[in-house]
Amino acid sequence: MLRGVSKRIKSIKFALLSPDEIRKMSATKVITADTYDDDGFPIDMGLMDSHLGVIEPGLRCKTCGGKVDDCPGHFGHIDLAMPVIHVGYVKEIKKLLQATCRKCGRLLLRDEEIRAYEKEMEALDKIGGTKLDKTIMAKETARDAAKRQICPHCDTEQSKITLDKPTTFREDGHKLTPKEVRERLERIRDDDLPSMGINPNVARPEWMILTALLVPPVTVRPSITLESGDRSEDDLTHKLVDVLRINQRLRENRDAGAPQLIVEDLWELLQYHITTYFDNQTSGIPPARHRSGRPLKTLVQRLKGKEGRFRSNLSGKRVNFSARTVISPDPLLSINEVGVPVEAARELTVPLHVQQYNMDWVQELVKRGPLPEGDGYIPGVNYVIRQDGRRIRVTDKNAETVAETVDIGYIVERQLQEGDIVLFNRQPSLHRMSMMAHEVRIMPFKTFRFNLAVCPPYNADFDGDEMNLHVLQSEEARAEAKILMRVQEHILSPRFGGPVIGAIHDHISGGFLMTHRDSKFDMEQSSRILSFVGDLKLPKAGIVEDGVDYWTGKQLFSLAIPDDLNMVFRASICQNCDTCDKEDCESDAYVKVVDGEIISGTVDEKSIGAFNGKILDKIARDYGSDRARTFIDQATKFAIGAIMVRGFTTGIDDEDIPESEKMKIAEILQKAVDGVSALVQAYKEGDLEQMPGRSLEETLEVEAMKKLGRARDDAGNHAGKHLGLENSAVIMARSGARGSMLNLSQMAGCVGQQAVRGERISRGYWNRTLPHFPKGDLGAEAKGFVKSCYKSGLSPTEYFFHSMGGREGLVDTAVRTSRSGYMQRRLINALEDLKVKEDRSVRNTADTIVQFKFGEDGIDPSRSVQGRAVDVDDILRDVLGPKKFATLPDERVVRRYGELEEGMEMTEEEAEGRSGGD
Amino acid sequence: MEHRLVPEHHLVSEKDEGTILEGLKVHRDQLPRIRRNDPCVQLLERKHGPIEEGRVIKIVRLSETSGVSVAYRLVVGR
Ligand SMILES: [Mg+2]
Ligand SMILES: [Zn+2]
Ligand SMILES: [Zn+2]
Ligand SMILES: [Zn+2]
Repeated sequence: MLRGVSKRIKSIKFALLSPDEIRKMSATKVITADTYDDDGFPIDMGLMDSHLGVIEPGLRCKTCGGKVDDCPGHFGHIDLAMPVIHVGYVKEIKKLLQATCRKCGRLLLRDEEIRAYEKEMEALDKIGGTKLDKTIMAKETARDAAKRQICPHCDTEQSKITLDKPTTFREDGHKLTPKEVRERLERIRDDDLPSMGINPNVARPEWMILTALLVPPVTVRPSITLESGDRSEDDLTHKLVDVLRINQRLRENRDAGAPQLIVEDLWELLQYHITTYFDNQTSGIPPARHRSGRPLKTLVQRLKGKEGRFRSNLSGKRVNFSARTVISPDPLLSINEVGVPVEAARELTVPLHVQQYNMDWVQELVKRGPLPEGDGYIPGVNYVIRQDGRRIRVTDKNAETVAETVDIGYIVERQLQEGDIVLFNRQPSLHRMSMMAHEVRIMPFKTFRFNLAVCPPYNADFDGDEMNLHVLQSEEARAEAKILMRVQEHILSPRFGGPVIGAIHDHISGGFLMTHRDSKFDMEQSSRILSFVGDLKLPKAGIVEDGVDYWTGKQLFSLAIPDDLNMVFRASICQNCDTCDKEDCESDAYVKVVDGEIISGTVDEKSIGAFNGKILDKIARDYGSDRARTFIDQATKFAIGAIMVRGFTTGIDDEDIPESEKMKIAEILQKAVDGVSALVQAYKEGDLEQMPGRSLEETLEVEAMKKLGRARDDAGNHAGKHLGLENSAVIMARSGARGSMLNLSQMAGCVGQQAVRGERISRGYWNRTLPHFPKGDLGAEAKGFVKSCYKSGLSPTEYFFHSMGGREGLVDTAVRTSRSGYMQRRLINALEDLKVKEDRSVRNTADTIVQFKFGEDGIDPSRSVQGRAVDVDDILRDVLGPKKFATLPDERVVRRYGELEEGMEMTEEEAEGRSGGD
Repeated sequence: MEHRLVPEHHLVSEKDEGTILEGLKVHRDQLPRIRRNDPCVQLLERKHGPIEEGRVIKIVRLSETSGVSVAYRLVVGR
């Protein structure tokens, strides 16, 4: 179906406008720089002449007779007193001047050469050469011709043509006027042009020198009337006024026989004005400015760059039926939902097409008016659109009467209601998960709300982030969004073949607290945890102690897992012991799920986390998106229930270590610092043993870095000894909720060596980093080693070095994001219209094949297992059945996951780093 | 051309061209292109004699995920 498309573009041809054509298409000649007369009416043959179109309502166009909306606007023209070079074509003009004879105007090639090039050009046409191929060909021809010193046709010696940017041509140093240039171009013969890639029928080279200037319609450069009654003209109009004034003066002076110098000056001024009229950022000349000092926005500026016509009006448009506000979290919403503030819901509407079947319901709706009263939120109606397209605003007063008139064929714009499908988006939209379909929940207050498990795909946090919401306006769009774009359909990412939606932060701490070792909950606690999910029955108590019923956390969490799920893997907290004790693991890190029951192990990031959640991954893969959605909803609610029942907090005292240990750490660090001094001493005395392939200086640096790195680790380990799993900060680090042990050891033990460009800090003053140190000091402290920990605080010099290292990190991210953004844009522009066809081939809009099979293997990356086509273990389990599969050596199974861990997995930090955080 | 990163190139016989194009449901000019002066085509020319513009080359690539993947290219001039 063409849907209102009555014509199709088959091809586009670019040509030059000849002066004749300009005059032919011109509605009026413009001769005066004045715009309006004293009564405010446009002056005839002025820049606002009413032949050029109308911008004021009520007036009629003198060319077509149309009113404001009917008249498309018409071009006019200015006859230039003297010819002027068009800046857009200086390159071509230069090429032509260099390639042709200064006397006879022939191409500086022998006839047979010209014919040969012409043939090649034609051949290029036949095999479908692109514009680029032709440009390259033409350049080759021109280069060959320009090499000739003497014309093969008239034996005239050629002189050197140079271009003085932006628009002055010189021949052996003395100026060529645009008039002379034009005369030369006129002399070029039509038959010489095709070999240069020019079709003389539509583009004579002399047309690149302007003798008439096209004046765009007033609709292109409307003037605005300010509140004060003053009229403010468009930048283009201002520029055209300049052109007209100078043109007028030039003509008068020339006709009056003024001295050559004055005429030339005016001529150059005209050239300047016309050049800046086309492009006000032409290099080599100052930009024309407004009275206020602001540079004028002329033709090129309207098109170019991010704010230009292409990127901001054609590639991207502003839309209706959308809303934007701050986001905040709501763990009780399903991942598929989005909370919309009442105020937004009352503005956003869904069109209802009135038919027999919904007539009564729609009339009822309209009767409510735009602000229905009653319990909770009741959707009303803002507008009714009649068959003829007239919009009627529904108010409390007219609601009743409008409802009466509603008839079949009317469109009623109903306010948003619970369950509507909307698109939700956070910029930068780097992947398809940046825009997903949610179901609406109307809520009080002023923010959009959604489940925390959906933060990773949007890369959102709640430090003030805003997001956009779009209401779909057609039945097809809603169906498509629901099937293809719903959040639950994007749990598995096509980026790395694992889940992107899943538990984060407190969900993971909660899962840990709930299931680690033998954590148990009494009747009240268990009921509370389960009540977050609702509609769940408390199973039989797992433990009875002193006649009191207790439920294990593993037991409760298992309620969220499908009953026939079986799997084995290692949790985040796994210590990677040399020999794994499996079910009897010291740290309860061996997760074993049999028939949907957690037999052993702790639920943490590796189980339910976004990016690495194995249980989540398996459910999404084997049980489908519906089951995966319920799993995420329930598991995260359990985790939050558990964390709230137990309570969880972290503070600076989580990094407390005993005084004795602090002494020990200080000792270790002092030893390392002394060690480095010894190395420096050895280096200075020439006793340092040089490493193969390294200079003496490099050897020292490497040794020092090694020594200090080890010291930092040692200090960290000593501090870590006193930070056990009863410590909240450690729970978060080990379970993968947030932070790392390195962060902790930097807080409690030692921050360590600061580096700029991967080396110890060496820049600053002459022969030293800071004036606090002696010149030539190569010791640890003088080169950026931070002995202190964050908790005790840094010394002034340490603080300075730390800032240097920190600054590098900031600069890196800034550079990375801008570079990857540009790369992304280029990739998208190149790939945006490729499509996978029914036969799985990838084709472009011309239907030519780009790939014979999508990705050359036909594999949907979002259905792959961490990028691999199949999961061998899974197939084995299917074929052998869970019983027999269990008899296979577990080592093999676990190791397979182990392999993946090292090579392919992505941490949250990494993922953040890839797209650049907020 | 013995290098493991250079995929196998084969000249498709003129009588097989029809079936292949039909199988892919494409016209000849919808295929991706390969230049006549591509080293791989020149190597094939050594074996089969001159290869005219418009002939089809079959390229067999090894793939980690799908074993082999087959692609076709149309020989063009220059
Ligand atoms: Mg933020
Ligand atoms: Zn008109
Ligand atoms: Zn000549
Ligand atoms: Zn273990």
